[in-house]
Amino acid sequence: MTARPIDPRTAPLRPTVAQRLGRWLSRYGLFVYTGLAIAYLMMPIAIMILFSFNKPVGKSNFTWVKFSLDAWLNPFGALGLQDAVVASLEVAFVSTLVATILGTLVGLALTRYAFRGRSATNLFIFLPMATPEIVLGASLLTMFVSIGQPRNLLTILIAHIMFNISYVVVTVRARLTGFPRHLEEAAMDLGATEWVTFWKVTFPLIFPGIMAAALLAFSLSIDDFVITNFTAGQTVTFPMYIYGSYRIGVPVQVNVIGTVIFLTAVGAVVVSTILQRRDRGA
Amino acid sequence: MGSHIGVRLVDVVKRFGDVIAVDRINLDVHDGEFFSLLGPSGCGKTTTLRMIGGFEEPTSGLIELDGKDVTWLPPYRRNVNTVFQSYALFPHLSIFENVAFGLRRKKVGDAEIRRRVTEMLALVELAGFERRKPTQLSGGQAQRVALARALINRPAVLLLDEPLGALDLKLRKQMQLELKRIQQEVGITFIYVTHDQEEAMTMSDRIAVMNRGHYEQLADPETLYERPATRFVAGFLGISNLLRGTIVEKAERYAAVRLSGDAVVRLPVAAVNGTSGVEVGVRPEKIRLFGTETPAPEGFNILSGTIRDASYLGVSTQYVVETSTGGRMTVYEQNVERTLHGSLYRPGEDVQLAWSPDHSFAVAPSVAESADEE
Repeated sequence: MTARPIDPRTAPLRPTVAQRLGRWLSRYGLFVYTGLAIAYLMMPIAIMILFSFNKPVGKSNFTWVKFSLDAWLNPFGALGLQDAVVASLEVAFVSTLVATILGTLVGLALTRYAFRGRSATNLFIFLPMATPEIVLGASLLTMFVSIGQPRNLLTILIAHIMFNISYVVVTVRARLTGFPRHLEEAAMDLGATEWVTFWKVTFPLIFPGIMAAALLAFSLSIDDFVITNFTAGQTVTFPMYIYGSYRIGVPVQVNVIGTVIFLTAVGAVVVSTILQRRDRGA
Repeated sequence: MGSHIGVRLVDVVKRFGDVIAVDRINLDVHDGEFFSLLGPSGCGKTTTLRMIGGFEEPTSGLIELDGKDVTWLPPYRRNVNTVFQSYALFPHLSIFENVAFGLRRKKVGDAEIRRRVTEMLALVELAGFERRKPTQLSGGQAQRVALARALINRPAVLLLDEPLGALDLKLRKQMQLELKRIQQEVGITFIYVTHDQEEAMTMSDRIAVMNRGHYEQLADPETLYERPATRFVAGFLGISNLLRGTIVEKAERYAAVRLSGDAVVRLPVAAVNGTSGVEVGVRPEKIRLFGTETPAPEGFNILSGTIRDASYLGVSTQYVVETSTGGRMTVYEQNVERTLHGSLYRPGEDVQLAWSPDHSFAVAPSVAESADEE
């Protein structure tokens, strides 16, 4: 570049305020926007965690009074909370296990085989997800009453397995679509029977999909309120406990349990991400 | 037992709904042979291979391996292995475990597995790649792992489904020679599916040229090229000039054929069959060009014509010549000839085309074609 004498008439002025603002925005605008969006998403969780350290006056935990570890030191201090959490965990674990196994098998059948009624099955699998929960809950209640089935933990389980299967099928099917069939043919070509082929090739490759489906099913089950409320009878689950205590004042322990569930979920995501990275990098 | 039959197909038919993919194929592949199924896409070559591998069941017919009927056996009960077009390496297993997969199924001991995998990776020149994952390999390396994974099981027959299709031209040429070397080293029967005629010719002992569900000719590469039996084979393997005519005379060695425009050419008697209508073929590089003044050599088939197009290709020059029969013929002239007669023939120049009667062949119309056209 050759230096030219600056002509004062055309020489650039110092940037105006608007120009500087524009430049600043184009450089940092996206960061700011992203930060705001994350803050918006995280706000309810932050408040839940913050108020788990609260020491409220009276029963309701809605105004900040002062910092305390009371609830954390005695997480099941509130009456009935422990039973509710245990019931929720039981339902979540069992319904996740059963729905994941059944849903994976349905997903395999739907992607692998052409059979009469396949498209109808695809539609029926989708229906429970499209139906409003309140309708499902009401109709389940009608059914249980009309066949004389008393409502208890078993009926909650039946209901949760039912709606979880749909989500598992959809998730597993997404993983199986485009699964290279040649890999299974190669395994059989190398002497593996259908059974061995499934466990040595198919299952390890669709495992991340199955895992994702199981996590989704678990989280759907543990926080379901509407359907559970219709099918629970005298049983109280964790979401029902919160709803019930809302009128008389939510105990701080609810925030503690909520925080633990949240941290467990975050932990699971972190661990699975690390495992996947290590798997890829090896 | 050099000609012991390794694979035999008897009247094999495969239908997919209304489509007949394979239409009554009978085939004997000898032990230790490099055998190719060559044809355009949709000709049934891959379906044939998949039936031998056990991935498709024939609609009817019989498949024998080593004299045993395997028609209804699943892939894992057949002593054949396949190299897939997409390689089909297991992405979640290391190269070592990919290659060891077949031996693990047979419950071979760990020490034996380690020894044989190492040996096999050395054979395909991938020693030291044991701990890598398939995603960390280039196309050529993945292809060789697929080969090692199949060969380590010492199958009676190795099936290869266009294994070089995904590689670039230079690597493909290199791998063709490599495959041939490995096949000779291990002495296993190879059945190779390809649509690339040059590839098939380079490697194969025998080739079945397939078209619409059956093969039109089964022969060694030289016979296929020099004496193609049908119009389809003549066109699929290289370029050929075909001239329609009528047989007017059969002498001891040669038959004479009158073409349109009253020109007469001769071809070996052995090449013609009963019918009097015939298509005479000649390969472009067998034809020599002479100026109209020069006397053409004695005993050659001679046609007069006019150059319509000349393209310089480096090694050779390609001419398109309009002949007295009314058709156009392609002629390749080695550029060593060109330096003899001084320069390129120019479009519009009159020339004589001359070729030895021994270089003429006769083709039958293809079965499928005759059904379509006539």
